[in-house]
This record gives sequence, structure tokens and C-alpha cells, in this order.
Amino acid sequence: MTGRIPSDPQPTAETQPFWDAAREGRFLVKRCRACTKAHWYPRTHCPFCASADTEWTEASGGGTIYSYSVMRRAEPVYVMAYVTLDEGPTMMTNLVDCDPDALAVGARVRIVYKPSTGGFAMPMFSPVPEVRS
Amino acid sequence: MAYIAGAYEHPTRDAGDKTLAQLQIESALGALADAGLSKSDVDGFFCGPDAPGTGPLSIADYMNLDLRHVDTTNTSGSSYVLHVAHAAQAIAAGKCNVALITLAGRPRADGRRKGAIVRNDSPAQPDYQWEQPFGMQILNMYGMTAMRHRALYGTTSEQLAWIRVAASEHAKHNELAMIRKPVTVEEVVQSPLVADPLRRLDCCITSDGGGAVIVTRPEIAKSLAMGRFRPCVRVKGSGERPQHQQGGYFEITESGAVVSGRTAFAEARVRPADIKYVSLYDSFTITVLIQLEDLGFCAKGQGGRFVMDGNLISGIGKLPFNTDGGGLCNNHPGARGGMTKIIEAVRQVRGEAHPAVQVPNCDLALVNAIGGQLGVRHASGTLILERE
Ligand SMILES: [Zn+2]
Repeated sequence: MTGRIPSDPQPTAETQPFWDAAREGRFLVKRCRACTKAHWYPRTHCPFCASADTEWTEASGGGTIYSYSVMRRAEPVYVMAYVTLDEGPTMMTNLVDCDPDALAVGARVRIVYKPSTGGFAMPMFSPVPEVRS
Repeated sequence: MAYIAGAYEHPTRDAGDKTLAQLQIESALGALADAGLSKSDVDGFFCGPDAPGTGPLSIADYMNLDLRHVDTTNTSGSSYVLHVAHAAQAIAAGKCNVALITLAGRPRADGRRKGAIVRNDSPAQPDYQWEQPFGMQILNMYGMTAMRHRALYGTTSEQLAWIRVAASEHAKHNELAMIRKPVTVEEVVQSPLVADPLRRLDCCITSDGGGAVIVTRPEIAKSLAMGRFRPCVRVKGSGERPQHQQGGYFEITESGAVVSGRTAFAEARVRPADIKYVSLYDSFTITVLIQLEDLGFCAKGQGGRFVMDGNLISGIGKLPFNTDGGGLCNNHPGARGGMTKIIEAVRQVRGEAHPAVQVPNCDLALVNAIGGQLGVRHASGTLILERE
């Protein structure tokens, strides 16, 4: 089954480094050097302390499902989601390569890139199989 | 403090050949007639982006209004609730005496049925590239809000369904309602899933039409009401609150109504337990539930239990809501629900609601609207209206 193909993000000068890194499989999150907090979505000025001293840092790509909603009438069906990154902030994304009926808030997910219509690498997430000890 | 002296809900639900400008002036004249005023009395004009043209200019020109104050605050469906508060402030500041607030929409006549609302998002919005490519829609933002509320608090589809049931029990008395047939909890939870966990009957209707209200000075409102042998409707308190993603640290199950409600209750010096009737913008069932919690009618997470067993049905429950049938069943002109919420609250406070749904001794009512989208960015507006 082919999933929904995302539209192009239309990067700006403020965000181009994110999309360039994504093409190389690196997931960048903006972090503030002044207050040390990571934020989403990435911007020049820290949304907490307003410092312009923010830097791109490579994130782990791990997170948990904050919430999700299955678009049942869309063709193809897709899963809208918020994922809370291990670095702290929560981002809007899609859950892919998954059974929409087997998802749960709080479940572990990992980043996976899917191409947009124009070939951008879009950060999406898929469930991590549970490890049994 | 200012008063709502006139209110009018346009009777159409499918505008046919009527233009937006026609719907605007018909709504305006309806509210003026209800107040006992004429167009030449209006010196303040408040409208949303549903008014075609640059801000208020084209419609002010079309109606040939003689103005000294305008306000085009746009928070989507809650705009009109904010307009009432801003009109009261402008009147208190001496900037105008008679404020006209209008809404008109014709999405059905324009062929934009439910689920196909044209959005005005632009790549210049800093959030655009992080949201639009993933298929963000109104439906899935509310779907995610409901899903998280379910995960955190165990809220069930049956509980949400009670909100639709209450709206339908009210709409059956409203001859103008788009959907008049009552539904059962079973029918709601058996309707098809559209955006988990929301089902078709958790969603509001889309209709054409409009509405208008007149806000004016105390002395004008009192003389008009005396001439018509009816009570005055005083704007006793108001509050507003834009809410967003806060840099990625947010809780989507909590709305701006926490702050807008607290502000309005403090200004009005009343408590949730004093409120006899609520008009809540019911874009989806979950929107109602979250407003009830955030306004303090029940504890956070208890909304599901609060709405069960007909607690929102007039004559049965403790807190009657949307006695016209709301946006779920009656009317949702232009997909902007704030205006019709104000209008039904005015009817209730005056004692002019349909006798089958009129709340006895309705001396204090609350209006709340969430404009934009729960789950990402929205603005909540609260009004507390008092009979005088
Ligand atoms: Zn900072």
C-alpha cells in the first residue's frame, strides 16, 4: 500500500539547514545557547527567552506518540500525529509504516523519512517494536 | 458596561442567489429592527473576514454607514464574541454609541460543503512548512484533541455522543434548524469514523446565512428596552485568550477558555455555579466538552461524566446548552459559530427562546467560542450576559 505523499514544505532562509540535513538523514532540532532549551518548530529567536543565539543540534530521532488521528475517509488513509521528541518539544508529523488500529498515545516511535511530491525528505515516525526482556 | 440591544439570526440555511453583501445587510437590518434602531443610528461597525473587501470598507460602503469607529479583529469563529467585548470597550471609551456586529456566509451556495472549507494558509506563515505538508486539517486537529483527552481521562465515544444528543433534542423544536431529527447515543457512536475518535455525528453542520447584534450604551439600551417591555441584556464580563503551541510544550486538551473564562468571571464577579445557560461553540462534540471543563463547570477530565444522561438538555439537565440546536444541528453560517451563540444567549436572557427550551429565570448566561483550531492555534472568547 502506498501512503499519502506529503506536499512540499517550502523552506525559507531561516529553515533551509533543517531540510538540507534531512536529505542526508540527519534530524536537526533548534536549541537555545542562552537558556539551553530545545524548541519546535525551528526558528531564529528562542521562543522562551527571545535570544537570537540558537543553534541546530542533531536529535536522536526517538520519541513517543503525544496524540494521533486516523483520516478514515482520505484516499489513501493517513495518520496525523503529534510526537514528543526525546529532546523535549512536541512536533506535528505523520505516523507511517504502521497499522492505524494498533497505535496508542504514549507508544515509542522512531524517525523515518518519506519523500514529498518535490523530493524533500519529510520527517515522519513509525512505531518501534516492543522489546521483550 | 454596555448592553446587547438587538440580535438577529438570518433565517436562511442555503443562500441560493443571495450575495454575501445582501446577507450582511439583511442581518444588520434584522438586528437594528430587533433593537428598535435604524441604520443611521450606527456609528461603530465590527466585522470579521467573512465581510468581503478590505476589512470593513466594502460593506460599510455597501450599507452606506456613517461611522467613527471600526474593528476587524479576526480570530475566526470566535471573532464575533471578541467584537462584543471590544464594542463594549469602545463604548466605554466614548468611541461610539451604537455598535453593529455582523456575520454572513454562503459556503453551501458556493459549493463548499462540509470538509471542504477553503483555508487561507500561506507559506509566509512560519508554521506552514511544519504542518501543511502532513495533511493538517480542521478535522484531524480536533481528532487529535479528542484522542488525547480519551487517553488522559478515559473519555468515551458514548460520552461525546451525549453532546450531540442534547443538541438534537433542542433542534427538534426549532423550525429553522437544518437537522431537526433527534438522535440517540447509539446512532452517534454507530455513525462512521471520520478522524479517530471523532465520528460523522460528532461534527457540526455547515450552513449559509448570518447574524448580527447591536451593542450600545446603558442609557440607550434601557430606553429601547422600556419601549418594548422587555429586559435589558448587560455584558457583565468578558475575556479573550489566543492559545498556541508555545514553542513545542503544550497541552492540547486545555483551551484558551481557561484564561478567557477566568477573566470574564472575575470581571462579572460571578462563579460557574451562578450560570443558568451556556452557549458554547460546538464545532465538534469535543469542543463543547473541553470548554465546559476549562470554564470551570466541572473538573478537568470530568467533562465526559458531566455531559452524560442529558445534563445539557433544557428541562432535564443541570446546565442547558445551545437551546437552538447549535452548530451541530441548527446553524453554522460560514463555518463561524460565535455569532449564533451570542444570539441564542440573548434570547435566553430575555426569555424569548422557544418555550420548550426556555430556561426558567435565566438571569445569567455565558457565551464561549473557540475560533481557529483546538490542537494547534485558536482564540477563546467568553461573555457573561446578565438580565437587567
Ligand atoms: Zn532561550
